[in-house]
Order: sequence, then structure tokens, then C-alpha cells
Amino acid sequence: MTGTFVGMPAFPAAARDALADTQLRHNLAHATATIRGKRAAVVGEVEHWEALRLAGAAVKERALHGLEDHLVRLEESLVARGAQVHWARDAAEANALVADVARRHGADEVVKVKSMATQEIGLNEALAAEGIAAWETDLAEMIVQLGDDLPSHILVPAIHRNRAEIREIFLRRMADVGRPAPADLTDEPAVLAAAAREHLREKFLRAKVGVSGANFAVADTGTLVVVESEGNGRMCLTLPEVLVTVVGIEKVVPTWAELDPLLRLLPRSSTGERMNPYTSTWTGVTPDDGPQEVHVVLLDNGRTRALADEVGRQALRCIRCSACLNVCPVYERVGGHAYGSVYPGPIGAILNPLLHGIGEGTGDPQSRSQVESLPYASSLCGACFEVCPVRIDIPEVLVHLRSKVVDAHRGDRVPKPEALAMRAAAHTLADAKRLGRAERLAGRVGRLVGRRGTTPRLPGPGAGWTDARDLPTPARESFRGWWRRTGGRLDGGENDG
Amino acid sequence: MADARTQVLGRVRAALAGTAPDPEPVPAPAGARPGDVVAHFAERVADYRATVVRCAPADVGAAVAGALPAGARVVVPPGLPEEIRAALADPLVDDGLSAAELDRVDAVVTACRLAIAETGTIVLDHRPDQGRRVLTLVPDRHVCIVRADQVVADVPEAVGSLDPTRALTWISGPSATSDIELDRVEGVHGPRHLHVVVVEGAEPR
Ligand code: SF4
Repeated sequence: MTGTFVGMPAFPAAARDALADTQLRHNLAHATATIRGKRAAVVGEVEHWEALRLAGAAVKERALHGLEDHLVRLEESLVARGAQVHWARDAAEANALVADVARRHGADEVVKVKSMATQEIGLNEALAAEGIAAWETDLAEMIVQLGDDLPSHILVPAIHRNRAEIREIFLRRMADVGRPAPADLTDEPAVLAAAAREHLREKFLRAKVGVSGANFAVADTGTLVVVESEGNGRMCLTLPEVLVTVVGIEKVVPTWAELDPLLRLLPRSSTGERMNPYTSTWTGVTPDDGPQEVHVVLLDNGRTRALADEVGRQALRCIRCSACLNVCPVYERVGGHAYGSVYPGPIGAILNPLLHGIGEGTGDPQSRSQVESLPYASSLCGACFEVCPVRIDIPEVLVHLRSKVVDAHRGDRVPKPEALAMRAAAHTLADAKRLGRAERLAGRVGRLVGRRGTTPRLPGPGAGWTDARDLPTPARESFRGWWRRTGGRLDGGENDG
Repeated sequence: MADARTQVLGRVRAALAGTAPDPEPVPAPAGARPGDVVAHFAERVADYRATVVRCAPADVGAAVAGALPAGARVVVPPGLPEEIRAALADPLVDDGLSAAELDRVDAVVTACRLAIAETGTIVLDHRPDQGRRVLTLVPDRHVCIVRADQVVADVPEAVGSLDPTRALTWISGPSATSDIELDRVEGVHGPRHLHVVVVEGAEPR
């Protein structure tokens, strides 16, 4: 595994590999069940949780509906408080802006706060190409980075690694990039965390440039907010002389007061805590305290494309709490890597296609088909919507995006399996005689398969569908056949021999 | 070609054509209203494995001194009240110490701006009695003094009375990680020990 998602296979193929990995499935099942339990307990404590969700959704919706105005105000207030504001249409532009700041300060390294936006744009790789090392300082991100691996969960990116693997990664790699791991390193979590503390403190104390994302950006005041647990965020936000913050344009919140419902919703939904250990806010430059040169990069990178989709727009409300991952039966079994993106799980299944566009000719054919496979990576059970603190109706958006995938491929020489299956189904269902024949056929296939004791693999165009799914064995007798034979009497209906 | 700013804002405008902005903020429901906010705060912050001591106003100095291991090198912000500083043996007063210098002290003693009962959170707004942000970050032990009249019920009250133009640090327990098999470990990069001294007496808000 190399540290990039580019060129990943489409979801069904990636999922098949992941399903064979029993360690991964065990780690994931344990992790998601644990976080689910913690979340449920602290959410149960809040008297008006549903009203709070509605308020959180309303704040983000209001922010999106007036986005142009809020962005202009955000820029004004940031500049008034001594920050330098940059705009980036895409990943390359954002990366170049960050690299430029680092270069101007002669920095060959930066320390980073965990940030989805900088992962999305591939900042570390882009900086490496310029000879600038970007050190991830969140423990999990550091494990992923040292292991030359990919994050698999929004909140706990190294959830697919157990303590023995982490110890091995520290022993093998820390010395290459700084302070080595102590020789007597055990796999106790406290010992591993202490090793990370020592290793990174050296980097924090010498870093000139820090890079972060932001959980929220308040338009009215220019205040940026970072929510974290370990204190690595506080280190990156206060120790370096220069701070660059990359903020997706959807992170805007109109007013300071409107942070309230979001700060109540996020930690409980995310880590299952009443409040996360550390929240830092800063507004431009604070004289004699923290970085005295502060940059903010406002990033589009597909967000305006998502905004233009009236049904899909709500995905931009996402506050990256990861609750939807932890309740998703599909995510729990295949893990984050199968989604081929830094945004895995239910939110990734809608956000990636919305950011990249469906049938818009962006990217190479392989990554296009990867992205277009994602709206199908769901059972549409609805658990993600139930749990989402900002009430994103993920199933609604999934169905909407599926229709867009089918629409985008109507003219294809080789139609998508889904389209063919639907066309065949429409043909069969439209005529009673044809339906009867199909049912008898299905019954016969079922008998055949039942004897071999396996689940069937569909022939022809249906094969793509059954490649990654188990098909329930069809009933041995169709309802119509049973009715003809028994006249609807249950006593005569047994035909299982 | 238009510059990035013009183009991004133009795309936003095009994407939202026909959508009406929502001019009024939506009020959020009220927060929790515990009966005894000070006791609630003490319980909730202890839940995060912070050490909590409640004391009378006259005993603050002793409570703070008791929170420090013998012989600890202590740093204080320049505006820490004199009666607390007097209880400490020869503390270092921060006058712009470097991070490396702070890395060599064992503990920091500060006041706070307010505390939130429902979530067990202390909020610093880094006035002179709390010091620069780095002061409460680099040393391994943070002793924080919370007066009863600084405790608010829940997050809405806190957001309502804080000044967003100041840098703020919200602290709920010591630094923690759950990144290794979801085992919670206290103290990764920030202080490993949070010691809260709650001063009784003045009426809570
Ligand atoms: S979609 Fe909702 S539940 Fe999922 S990460 Fe975003 S905010 Fe959380």
C-alpha cells in the first residue's frame, strides 16, 4: 500500500479484498461498536438532542445559502485582524500557496494538525515534491504516515492497525525521520504515546511553519476553530512563527453565536465525549502570542460543484464527526480504504461523487469509475441519517446520485450492469407471462444452486453485481406456481423435499 | 483568466442562483441547567481524569501549593494574583520565555476566564492572569484556579459571554488520545496532568 488513493480500484473490487482481511474486520467491528456505545450514552444525556440537530442543520444551511456574502465577510474580518487571505480553485493552487509560504521562510519542514482538507488536496505529497517535509502530528496520522499507509477512518485514521503493528512501525521508522523510538519500546498504548510525545516534541520546538485545517470559520469575526484531543493541534497553532490554515469554503459559520449548537453536537457525535479535550480559536494575529504571520487559504476544489446540486448540497453541511461511519453496516465490514478517498463511509459515498462530478469527464476513466461506484456502496438502511448531527439525508442523496450515474451512462456502448438489470427487470415486470417464466427459471436456478450449497453468481450482465454481493438463493417455487398447485391452502403448500 | 477569488465567488453565485438566503439565525435550544453548577462542574471535569480540589477563598494558596510535587519548577503568568504567587516557592514569571525554556519547567499555575459545568470545560482567554497560549501547553502539569462565580451552566452561556476576537483555549481534562485500539491514554502532547482548584464562596452565575 502506498500513501495515495489515486488509481484505487472501484469499490466492489476494493471491498472484496478488505472483506478477506479478518484482522481489519475485527478491529473495525470493535472500534465502531465501542464508539457507538459511547456516543449513544452522551447523546442520551442531552434533553433536546433533536432540536439541537435541527439547529445545527439550520446554521450550516444558512451558511451555505448565503455563502458568497459570508465568504466576503470572512475575508474582510480576517484581513482586518492581520491575516493574509488566499483563494484556491483546486488542489494544485492550494498546495502551491502553502509551498510558497514555506519557501519564503526557508522552511524545509512543516508541522501539521490533522486535517481532512489538506489530505484531500494531497498537500504532504505536493510539499515533498518541493523538498519540504510535512510532519503529521496527530498520533494516528503519524502512525499512518510512518507506516506509508492510508487513513481508514475520519476520526481514528489508524483504526486498522493494532498495538503490535504500531510498535513495529515506530521501531522501524522513527529513527529515519527524527528522534528514534526507545529501544525498550513495548506495545502498551501509554508507552507508545510517550514515544510519540518525545519524537514529536523535538519537531514542535524547532518548527518555523505550522499547517492546519479548521473545523469552523466564523464570517462575522474572522475566528477559526480547531477541535482536537491530544494537544498536537495547540502545538502547531501556537509554537511556529508562521501558520497556514487551509479551509474548505463550506466551513463558514455566519456568526460567533451560531457556533453554539455545533460545539454541542460535534464532540458527542464524534468521540462520544461531552467535550473534546482541546478547542482552540484564534482570530488573525494575536500580538505577542502565537504565530505572528497568519495565512488562510479558502479552498473550492469541487465544493461549488457540490453546491450546485440541489439535492446533494446538504452534504456540505458535514462537520466530519464520523458518526455515520460507525453505524454503517457496509463500512463496518469493508473499512475505509475501499472507498478510495480520504472521505470514507456513508458521507464519502456521497461527498466524493459530488466533489468530483458524475459523468463530467473529470479525471481518468479509472478514478471516474471508482467515484461512480460509490453511490452503490450502501444498503440504504438509513442509519447514517438517523445519527448525523446536522441531519444530512445521506440515503436521499445516494439514490439521487445513483440516478445521475445511470443517466450519465445512457449513451454508453457498453451499459452499466445496473442499467441493464433495470432494463431487463422493466421488460419482465411489464408482462405477466414473462414474469411467470422468469420466476420458474429463478426457482430452477435456486434448486441447482441449493444443491451445491453456494450462493449463485449471476451470468452475463448481472455478473458485475454479484461479484461483490451475495445473492439470496431464489425460492424453489414461485408464488404463482405455489398458488396454482395448492389454490392458496397452506397445508398443501410444503414442497421442500 | 479571472483570478481565483473572482472565479470561486462567481461559481458560488452561479451554484446558488434562485436560492434565497436565510437572513435570520436560527435559535438553538437552551442548554442544560444543573441545580448546583459548581458541584456539576467539579464532577464533570473529574470525569475526564482531572484532579479536582474544592477549597475556601482563604485556602487557595495552600491548595495550589499542594497540587505541585515537591521541588517542581513552576512558571506563572505575569498577572497571576499576588496571594497565589506568594504561596509558591520562587516561581518563574513568564516574560516571553522560549518554548525550549518552558520545556524545562514542570508545571504552570493559572487562572481561567470561565468554566462550563455541563461539559467539564475550562476556558482560557489568555489575559495576564492566564498567560500566553504556550504557557499552559508545554509544561507537563497545569494547575488551574476556577472561582465559583466563573462557572456557567452550558455551552450557550459560554459562547455568549466570550470575546471571539481574543484567542481562546477550551480545556476538558488533560491531553488524551484513543488512537491505539481505542484505549484512552492521558497526555500525548499537552499537559499530562490537569489539576483544578475550585474556589468556593462567591455566588455562581
Ligand atoms: S455526514 Fe453527518 S454523521 Fe457523517 S461525518 Fe458528516 S456530520 Fe458526521
